[in-house]
Amino acid sequence: MFLYDFTELTSSIHEGLVSSLGEGLLTTTIEFVIAGIAYLLFFAIFGLFAVYLERKVCAVIQNRPGPNRVGPYGIIQTIADFIKLLMKELIPIKNSDKVLFNLAPFIVITATFLSIGAIPFDKGLQMMDFDIGILYVTAVSSLGVLGILLAGWSSNNKYSLIGAMRSGAQIVSYELSAGLSLMTIIVLAGTMQFSEVVAGQADLWFIFKGHIPAIIAFVIFMIAGTAETNRGPFDLAEAESELTAGFHTEYSGIKFALFYLSEYMNMFVIAAIGTTVFLGGWQPFQIPGLDGFNTVMAYIPPVLWFFLKVFVLIIVMMWFKWTFPRLRIDQLLRLEWKYLLPINLVNLILMATCVLLGWHL
Amino acid sequence: MNAIVEYIKEVLGGVKSLLTGLSVTVKYFFSPGEIVTQEYPENRATLKMFDRFRGNVYMIHNEQNQHTCTGCGICEMNCPNGSIEVISKTIVVDDKKKKALDKHIYRMGMCTFCGLCVKSCPSKSLAFGQEFENSVYNRSDLTRILNKPNSTIAIKQ
Repeated sequence: MFLYDFTELTSSIHEGLVSSLGEGLLTTTIEFVIAGIAYLLFFAIFGLFAVYLERKVCAVIQNRPGPNRVGPYGIIQTIADFIKLLMKELIPIKNSDKVLFNLAPFIVITATFLSIGAIPFDKGLQMMDFDIGILYVTAVSSLGVLGILLAGWSSNNKYSLIGAMRSGAQIVSYELSAGLSLMTIIVLAGTMQFSEVVAGQADLWFIFKGHIPAIIAFVIFMIAGTAETNRGPFDLAEAESELTAGFHTEYSGIKFALFYLSEYMNMFVIAAIGTTVFLGGWQPFQIPGLDGFNTVMAYIPPVLWFFLKVFVLIIVMMWFKWTFPRLRIDQLLRLEWKYLLPINLVNLILMATCVLLGWHL
Repeated sequence: MNAIVEYIKEVLGGVKSLLTGLSVTVKYFFSPGEIVTQEYPENRATLKMFDRFRGNVYMIHNEQNQHTCTGCGICEMNCPNGSIEVISKTIVVDDKKKKALDKHIYRMGMCTFCGLCVKSCPSKSLAFGQEFENSVYNRSDLTRILNKPNSTIAIKQ
């Protein structure tokens, strides 16, 4: 059954291509194109779903019915919104840097695509299995801020520029926390390769294996990850009430849609990294010793497990957004440099001690 | 040492207050309770706006088609957008010439519903209505004459 192991499916595609076209550049290109189209399709569908989910979750928290006009329970609402955005005029901005202005949304989107390629969805369902996977993901996911800075600068608009600068300050500081909290788990896992990290959690997820330091690291990662995606309560880069829309004030139509989509894709990437590193990736929930329970859990396809965990983490991030008020820029930086970073460093030492003394489960 | 204790207390206090906030929203999430918004076109028949709602401005007329407007023009002077124009005429009452209202022109398209005309009217002849479905196909339809045709001034008691 291919739902449990995708290696057979992917290798059969690879062998089919090799046998007909031979090993070489053409085969590799075709494989890349297939993977790229698969990711594009996935993100188009996921983006539509996530926007709908966000609006429904927000509505339920605020005692509203939410979107309920287009289709049953409003499920076609986001598709209608998407069509509307596609047909909107792309307004050219006077005195803007045309090249950078048009380039910026694609840099943001590209950064997200680069990072999703390294994350394993299931056994063998992974674009690239780098041996420095976690380092690679943290490196490329912060490239998105380049696009945001360019968007703010090239718009020739004070709101955009302030928004972009805030976003820059935010990513530079929160990238530290996200990286260090992942480092805590790397200490426990002993590897940076995503497939190895997932394989190490076959009997017990790292969040349970590393108990106290792992839980602290997980909480810090969720906070820093929310900040990295520029979502509320850390959405001061686009702060509607003060900066109209921040860095994407001047964007319209499909270019705005790309920024909007990248926010949700980034959310997926953060949730997927959190799932893979802390919650066992596609590994089912296992408790050592309870064999009957473990067999039942292992019967559920791993890809379902992966998406279930990602879904839960996304709901948690939406829960943050619709609970907390937006932070001010000084509060944001104080939270990072005075609280998260020192706690993180102490936590790293704690985890190292636990691993050295064998206190982990 | 004291500073460290203070620091840890601060962190724990912060975490506690965040959890309090999260618990409030999660309560709403799992037990939504009553929906506080209304689904508008469906409840059109039963929809009743609240008393202080500022809908269209209208002139109060009694059953004999009489209003209390004297045509003084205070509402016109008070309107910040110039959306009111009072055209007065001279009538003869008891062999004395007297100023009276001819047309009270109200341009809803320029109105911000600030309420200064209603508030400043000395004879309390203007009021806010409950109507809010003001969309029309032609902009000129938004210009209205508030005194009804053939209406007269009510005699003060």
